[in-house]
Amino acid sequence: MKNIKVLGSGCKNCETVANLIRIAAQQASVEIELEKVTDMAEIMGHGVMSTPGVVVDGTVVHAGGLPGPDQIRKWVTD
Amino acid sequence: MFESLAGWLVYDGMGLDPSSRLGAALHFFVMDVTKIFVMLVAIIYVMGLLRALLSPERVREYVRNRPDWQARGMAVTLGAVTPFCSCSSVPLFIGFVEAGIPLGVTFSFLIASPMINEVAAVILVGILGWKLAALYVASGLLVAWVGGIVMQWFKPERWVEGYVWKIHMGQVSIPEQDTTLRGRHDYAIAEVREIVGRIWSWVLIGIGVGALFHGFVPETWVSEHLASGNWFDVPSAVVLGIPLYSNATGIIPVAEAMLTKGVAIGTTLALMMSVAALSLPEMLILRKVIKWQGLALFVAVLAVAFILVGWGFNALASI
Repeated sequence: MKNIKVLGSGCKNCETVANLIRIAAQQASVEIELEKVTDMAEIMGHGVMSTPGVVVDGTVVHAGGLPGPDQIRKWVTD
Repeated sequence: MFESLAGWLVYDGMGLDPSSRLGAALHFFVMDVTKIFVMLVAIIYVMGLLRALLSPERVREYVRNRPDWQARGMAVTLGAVTPFCSCSSVPLFIGFVEAGIPLGVTFSFLIASPMINEVAAVILVGILGWKLAALYVASGLLVAWVGGIVMQWFKPERWVEGYVWKIHMGQVSIPEQDTTLRGRHDYAIAEVREIVGRIWSWVLIGIGVGALFHGFVPETWVSEHLASGNWFDVPSAVVLGIPLYSNATGIIPVAEAMLTKGVAIGTTLALMMSVAALSLPEMLILRKVIKWQGLALFVAVLAVAFILVGWGFNALASI
């Protein structure tokens, strides 16, 4: 199962990204493990400074701003 | 173009009298809303297409391991060209500290970033002309440069929250970018949505305040209270601006209205800077990494700098 982490200390965009990923996974009927990381030390540990950041199976795939729908679909399905 | 559109809509379409207060205010509002939002979308799109918007991860890589003056120069310049969301201030601060970038340099960056950005600069040129835009940008850069140096004198390290020093940042991995035209276009559209979505309300409020000021505040009141030529005009403007917050773009229409009513240029610039760079929400965010003594000093240093800028320009203008 895919592990997707959303990094962000509670900004509005971080919530939005987490929801978008959840919806995309449901639509593609893929089971994922979605984690929200709010601890600053852990966020920085991934080398991310601009939030929301997205980590798929340990690799940072996105940092800063809202990702597009195509991007999100790719993370969930690839 | 925008002026005639507003004139057509407000005076011809709605039948308002150009000399009436409501007519003048509404005309100002319609003209600035159309003009500023069209410019906003166009500039951010072009910047996005060129990928000219830097991420804080990249800024950190550029600034680290350089001699002080070089690092400060880059921090000020990069702070000025990157429209960061203030919600990134905390990770940015920690990331800079962790990279061994001196605190004074980090403060220079934190001052320049909200006060100046290329989007606001282009809109400033469009609304107030290039001379005022150049003055605002130049004095903003100067304040950021000197402000960081002054902060350093006070050894601000003692006011940084302890946990900040313990954080170890992982290898920065910047996600690969899609460099095809299609990818650039998608990125630019996403940037427009993200940035306009974040600041539109500030801009609209700014235009609203500017329009009310333009239409309803009589010039005699302005010359008595805001342009009296007294030494305390500028300090009052700065103190007024500290609790108020608007994005750097949102404050432009307010400045426009003030200038056309005869408020002195130094007073207007000081208010703009104070509103854009100093705000309660930003301080509450920074409070997570800096103790309140450090923040109080930060506010004091900036307030003094803005007052000096304001007095300087008022003195220059009266020669």
